[in-house]
Amino acid sequence: MTAIEVSNLTKKFGNLTAVDKVSFTVEKGEIFAFLGPNGAGKSTTIKMLTTMLSPTSGEMKVGGHVVSENKSSVRERIGVIFQDYSLDDDLTAYENLYYHAMLYRVPKSERKEKIESLLKYVNLLDRKDDLVGKFSGGMKRRVEIARGLLHSPEILFLDEPTIGLDVQTRNFLWEHIRKINREKDMTIFFTTHNMEEAEKIATKIAVIDKGRIIITGTSKEIMKRTKTKSLESAFLRLTGYDIREENVSALERLRNVRRMRR
Amino acid sequence: MLFLLAFGFGFGPVFEQAGAGNYMQYLIPGIVGMAVLFSSVMNGVSLIWDKNFGFLKETLIAPVSRISLLIGRCLGGATTSTIQGMLVLLISIPLGFTMNWLMLPVAVLSMFALSFMFTLLGTTIASRLDDMQTFPTIMNFLVMPMFFLSGALFPVSNFPAAIRMVTIINPMTYGVDMLKHAMGGATEFPALLDVSVIAVLIIALSFIGTRFFSRLEA
Repeated sequence: MTAIEVSNLTKKFGNLTAVDKVSFTVEKGEIFAFLGPNGAGKSTTIKMLTTMLSPTSGEMKVGGHVVSENKSSVRERIGVIFQDYSLDDDLTAYENLYYHAMLYRVPKSERKEKIESLLKYVNLLDRKDDLVGKFSGGMKRRVEIARGLLHSPEILFLDEPTIGLDVQTRNFLWEHIRKINREKDMTIFFTTHNMEEAEKIATKIAVIDKGRIIITGTSKEIMKRTKTKSLESAFLRLTGYDIREENVSALERLRNVRRMRR
Repeated sequence: MLFLLAFGFGFGPVFEQAGAGNYMQYLIPGIVGMAVLFSSVMNGVSLIWDKNFGFLKETLIAPVSRISLLIGRCLGGATTSTIQGMLVLLISIPLGFTMNWLMLPVAVLSMFALSFMFTLLGTTIASRLDDMQTFPTIMNFLVMPMFFLSGALFPVSNFPAAIRMVTIINPMTYGVDMLKHAMGGATEFPALLDVSVIAVLIIALSFIGTRFFSRLEA
């Protein structure tokens, strides 16, 4: 069964094409990595898949539903861990999760138990009544993971989930993501620019650069096809050696211009 | 609060000499309305705040209809604004304000309806804005005129025709008038008209706000 089906997905910001006719499929139970340098269009793609941004053209099916037609059904089936911080600092860890449980209509009788078991799962049960504003970056991330899993989604999206995290939290995160994938058969879709992560965690990798998918396959297949010995050299061969910082800021600038016009 | 003291004690004697009765009694419903108006429209800032700090995404990807997101936000905002209005009312008692206290529930309800309407207005505007800097401009060009041309501080029925027109299309005029019906004081329109105007605006703004909310992108 397919969890995500994308065909000819395109997103333009003014003259800039952030995502250019991207097509791929993710099977149920897969851990799919979207690997690419900064500004390649990874976040834009994940935003479109999670109903946050509407595409310029193209079709997306997530969890069996066409995204553009049935946003609500898609939203029910997905969990998202955002690239940037998205908790309410003025609420406690428990309250943040409770708010989420209400939004996702988790039955009232199950809320407390579910929240506590998830907070236990991310080792934060003893801090449940502390304001998240006082938490460290890693702890906040763990609350976000618990929140993403609270409504038992079919597909979990993670946008650059390990940026700015220490090694311990990173390991913790991947260990748990793998465990959930195994135990609950949850489909995982994540973006990263970290080769090692993609290679170690993902069952399938799509390399994306300048808005286009260059190659899709397991890390072994990719190395074989590019005739390289490591994913890193395969990646560099595919995407070149230029530094991409400029692209990101150009995109951001464009977005800001667009926002102002609206 | 500052307005209450400055206008109350400053204009009060002039007002009374003109034979228009006790100015404090006239002013308090207007000042309550002002507290409600200012804090309600400012509730819109919380939306921009959430946008900039990422929390909005969490609510936007939730499988909840956009109208319930909007109404939920605005009910929350309206509650805090109503409390502010009630605080002003409380402070006005030692300054000599009296009203028919049996009407208090009606007054609170009016404050809430007015708060809800202006929070909807603030939130609808905020859904189209991205930075905090724009919001004070809106306060200056929209909220201040709405306040001054509403009959909150002085009667507006004798204004020249052109400005009179502005007061008639100003929602705040009906809001203040509604509060005066509830809290006592010289009213300009029938209560039914005030309530209808506010109700129609609430429905219209919910509709527009929902459309803007469904277009919100993170």
